[in-house]
Amino acid sequence: MKVGLFVPCYIDQLYPDVALATLEVLERRGLQVEFPPGQTCCGQPMANTGCTEAARPLAEHFLRHFAPYDYVVCPSGSCVSMVRHHYDEYFPGDTAFASLKARTFELCEFLTDVLKVDTWTGRFPYKVGLHQSCHGLRELHLGKPSELMNEAPNKVRQLLAGLEGLELVSLARPDECCGFGGTFAVAEEAVSCMMGQDRIADHNQAGTAVLTAADMSCLMHLEGILRRQGQTIAVMHVAQILAGRPVPQIVAGASALVQLRRAS
Amino acid sequence: MSPQHDTSPQHDTSPQHDTSPRQDHARAASAFVANRGRATWHDQSLWFIREKRDRAAASLPEWETLRERASQIKAHTVAKLAHYLEEFEANAQRLGVKVHWAANAEEHNRIVLGILQQHGVRKVVKSKSMLTEECHLNPYLERHGLEVVDTDLGERIVQLRQEPPSHIVLPAIHLKKQDVGDTFHQHLGTKAGADDPQYLTESARGHLREKFMAADAGITGVNFAIAETGGVVVCTNEGNADLGVALPKLHIACMGIEKIIPRAADLGVFVRLLARSATGQPITTYTSHFHGPRPGCEMHVVLVDNGRSQIRSSDEFRRSLACIRCGACMNTCPVYRRSGGHSYGSTVPGPIGSILSPAMDAEKHSTLPFACSLCGSCTDVCPVKIDLHHQLFTWRRELALKKLVPATKRLSMKLLSFVLQRSWLFALGGKLMRRLVPKLPRALLYNRFNAWGRQRELPPMPPQSFRELYVIRKRDAASAREPARAAPPAELPSKPSQGDAA
Repeated sequence: MKVGLFVPCYIDQLYPDVALATLEVLERRGLQVEFPPGQTCCGQPMANTGCTEAARPLAEHFLRHFAPYDYVVCPSGSCVSMVRHHYDEYFPGDTAFASLKARTFELCEFLTDVLKVDTWTGRFPYKVGLHQSCHGLRELHLGKPSELMNEAPNKVRQLLAGLEGLELVSLARPDECCGFGGTFAVAEEAVSCMMGQDRIADHNQAGTAVLTAADMSCLMHLEGILRRQGQTIAVMHVAQILAGRPVPQIVAGASALVQLRRAS
Repeated sequence: MSPQHDTSPQHDTSPQHDTSPRQDHARAASAFVANRGRATWHDQSLWFIREKRDRAAASLPEWETLRERASQIKAHTVAKLAHYLEEFEANAQRLGVKVHWAANAEEHNRIVLGILQQHGVRKVVKSKSMLTEECHLNPYLERHGLEVVDTDLGERIVQLRQEPPSHIVLPAIHLKKQDVGDTFHQHLGTKAGADDPQYLTESARGHLREKFMAADAGITGVNFAIAETGGVVVCTNEGNADLGVALPKLHIACMGIEKIIPRAADLGVFVRLLARSATGQPITTYTSHFHGPRPGCEMHVVLVDNGRSQIRSSDEFRRSLACIRCGACMNTCPVYRRSGGHSYGSTVPGPIGSILSPAMDAEKHSTLPFACSLCGSCTDVCPVKIDLHHQLFTWRRELALKKLVPATKRLSMKLLSFVLQRSWLFALGGKLMRRLVPKLPRALLYNRFNAWGRQRELPPMPPQSFRELYVIRKRDAASAREPARAAPPAELPSKPSQGDAA
């Protein structure tokens, strides 16, 4: 089984360890994983802004680079949702795309649905607050949204629950949006930040030590607020927890520029 | 009754949200959020109702089945809309109801005024109707010398304050009891500073009772019109619609053409969904059926299109006509809860309003589909399964095609697309950013042009991108496989030390 690693553009440039952790998680399952270097971005920023035609070449780009793989796996529910829900208009009736779409998965759903992983082994003795990113939750159905009255397993929670010592905290609002929303975060800055601050307040009352999500974009927004406020909640992508990464050391009150966490 | 009345200078007395040519949600929302205490209180009040809705929905094991059923009935009805409207008209006429058709808001207002003038009406009591709000009926009738009193408590409060409702079910949800106390003190002569809800409600009751007694006509909205029977159903929690039409001899019911349902048997599906979705109640306190006028009285129904046929003709937005105006999408919307209903500048705010309003006037409401993080909560909460957030997404495309998305935004997206189509350029751009940003002084990074940085830190800039690390990792792994290399595999930097994992 040859897996193509689909790395969201901002993760590639800003959170390389999240992609690396994803790669390691997949390799730990004995998979042959490749990162096609020609890939860049799924086109969601353009599509979400209404600039559909600007996103089209990126959809074609995606198809070109990932078609050769048996599966495509991505550590972002949002980017996978872009492929699954919004690419159809670019490839009407295209069987190659339909086939690729059916083979494209978010990391956690790939582990649970394709690889049939029941529990993930490892140790992570922390109080973890799970932020259920909206696109993963409501568009990929990684879990049951609180609005719906049906039953559905929570795939991210299920994987995390296997880790020894990990305690998932209870949030007052278990699945409210963090307020990132792509360009929304800038265009509607006031509401976006209030949403993020409210999410963080919920995690604080719940006793979150490590804030995690299956989408780094939500975490980028929440981490930006946490650091500005000088809060010490650590932020990790689910892939980093599954890969056994240590919890990053947070210097309270330091700006992102100060705590660059340089390699050397 | 001549059309020029609509363009008379007095037109400016209509609610303030109708006078500005273009609404800017972000700006209005920012002003609402600036009063953080109030915004938090607003958010929590609506979330309380959302949670009540969750409990009410969970109490029905068949909830999801009901939603699916409602969705199918609506899709069927919208597909055969003309058929069911004609069936309704014929059956309503048989019951002695006078049925009128209005193509737009102006025609609706003219018809209503005509009926009222024919009967020499001076005073009107009105129960809640978002349609008459949409048509700006109140200011129109007032310009023609009539007294119009909204009898829903929340509507009466905002009417006294000369404000539009901020929510379709909870029109005064943006106001605290102190605000209501001040308003009543000013207009109804209640004690200064009094904010006891019991006292205020009783004062309003006394005041409205006088209006009910003196009214010459009652106007109501319509929640459901049943084609099969020709009757209309009005749901209220205060019984004000019943009082309003029980005393005067004239009842005018105004409805959008999408309020039609085929059969009486379908009503149960919607009535069970409506109140649970709206306020978490099992049913509205009053669910009143009007099947024809009382003896010696007159009943009129005005069927209003006002843009609905146009929405119906659109494959993309047709499903928005299924809306039963429960307001659940507003209560659940994290943006609505924090920005208040007035920030939308449209009769119907929130997610559904952000779909319907641009359909009426795309230019005026062009920012609304962007007042959304695309979280999808509205879609999952909607009792008739309207794919709200997908329609909002589609609206963005429509607006960009109409060039109603700012040129700067469209250009920057074009440029971004150009870069992202070339992986070498993307990698180079990323590298420059990661090198440059850490060297810049803070004042240059965080200033008024950086909307991200006003309340957030920028993400950390790692020295290497993943694609760079990947190349190194692959090269190291390849050399590890060569027997000539002495380094033991255990010491290979399979996890290059960098960034996030510290």
